[in-house]
Amino acid sequence: MTVSELPKTVVPNPSFRAEVEKRSGQKVSACFQCEKCTNGCPLTFAMDIMPHKVIRSTHMGLKEAVLKSDTIWVCASCETCTTRCPNGIDIAHIMDTLRQTSQREGVPASKKNVPVFHKTFVGSMRRWGRVHEMEMASLYTLKAQGLCGLIKQGKSQGFEMMKKGKVRILPDRFKNKGEVKNIFKNAEKKG
Amino acid sequence: MKVSYYPGCSLDGTAREFGESVEGVAKTLGVELKELPDWNCCGASSAHVTNDTLAVDLAARNLQIAEKAGMDLVVPCAMCFSRLKVAEKELKAGHKVGGITNAYSGKVHVKDSVSFFWEDVGEKTVKEKAKKSLEALNPVCYYGCLTSRPPKITDAKRPEDPQDMDMLMGALGAKVKNWSYKTDCCGGSLILSLPEVAHKLIQKLLDMAKEAGADCIVAACPMCHGNLDMWQKEISAHTGKEYNIPVFYFAELMGLAFDDPAAQKWVRRHATDPIPFLKQKGLI
Repeated sequence: MTVSELPKTVVPNPSFRAEVEKRSGQKVSACFQCEKCTNGCPLTFAMDIMPHKVIRSTHMGLKEAVLKSDTIWVCASCETCTTRCPNGIDIAHIMDTLRQTSQREGVPASKKNVPVFHKTFVGSMRRWGRVHEMEMASLYTLKAQGLCGLIKQGKSQGFEMMKKGKVRILPDRFKNKGEVKNIFKNAEKKG
Repeated sequence: MKVSYYPGCSLDGTAREFGESVEGVAKTLGVELKELPDWNCCGASSAHVTNDTLAVDLAARNLQIAEKAGMDLVVPCAMCFSRLKVAEKELKAGHKVGGITNAYSGKVHVKDSVSFFWEDVGEKTVKEKAKKSLEALNPVCYYGCLTSRPPKITDAKRPEDPQDMDMLMGALGAKVKNWSYKTDCCGGSLILSLPEVAHKLIQKLLDMAKEAGADCIVAACPMCHGNLDMWQKEISAHTGKEYNIPVFYFAELMGLAFDDPAAQKWVRRHATDPIPFLKQKGLI
């Protein structure tokens, strides 16, 4: 685990804040550090930089510390911060923007399995138009834990679920794959 | 009553009993759920982490199909509900979906299944169909994150303390317990990638349900149900603390109250076996 450390003194650099504000459509600079986001966040126990400090660090231009943090990958998108922010900042959306920026710029994720999961999930959507759960979970486990991990997972959870009729072997039938591919292509062009 | 229905990807697989129970209960209540033709994945839980345009457009395609069908759209999965509501707001604000033909004027609305049964179908109809009381049950209702938050997206009236599931279960006789963890996160999106983190959130919810005096948990989301139901054995093994609390979908309990024989099949799909509990409570 990489624990990001924040410097004691900072010379503010507005370019990162401007970039995040533009991409997220959220006003990072509206934050007055009341810490409501941090106090309501159920995941702070696994975070290295508290959510209000992620916002402050983004404001100050501490790009590297923010993008390398555990926090952006530990955030579960539960939307508590967004709901409670007195200044109407969609903090959960800023977390999305930070994750996207980190991936776009090739920053190694401190919790590497999280982006692996999301890539596998999106890949399944693109291929089938709907997520094929068994394929997605198996591919992810293979990528994250290797063949031994996949076999272990199959033995512990997979067979149990299969016995209960909760595993679909074949992907769902979805006809208009072309439309979904076009949506993907257009979104990727826009970035 | 006839509505459009968006099952989403997991209601045919890992949350099969949620799909079966919602469809079964709707039939009993005289509601025709018309599955959206050729729906696609809404993008949860990964599109919004990947690309903002993708996250809106994938969900938006389904709304356009719903508008063609001309009926409100009922969505059981909380994650799908959330993504479809985001798309609803974006389309109303003038967002255009790239790569496909656009046709959405905001006439049809997206509804989560609990509030659909409670508010649209209504207490009277639900009570009329009830044959067995759930009075032996002492559940806590667990709403999770995304049918409540954020209210600017979900239009939830009481995002911090939702009531619909409590009232629905109460109307069927259940002695619903109050607790402060109705909308606390279970870590659904992290269960595969950071399981040790998600297990802590799950354990907290199981502990708090017990502390509230509940003998079972009622959920309305495939991720929440899967998380609370599937990992109890593993968490017991890791922590040395015994967890064995049945977790139901709200529609399964409605089915049991309606004395639908299929309900026994639904609840047998759970990982934490609820059968001895239901037998003891005289519900099967």
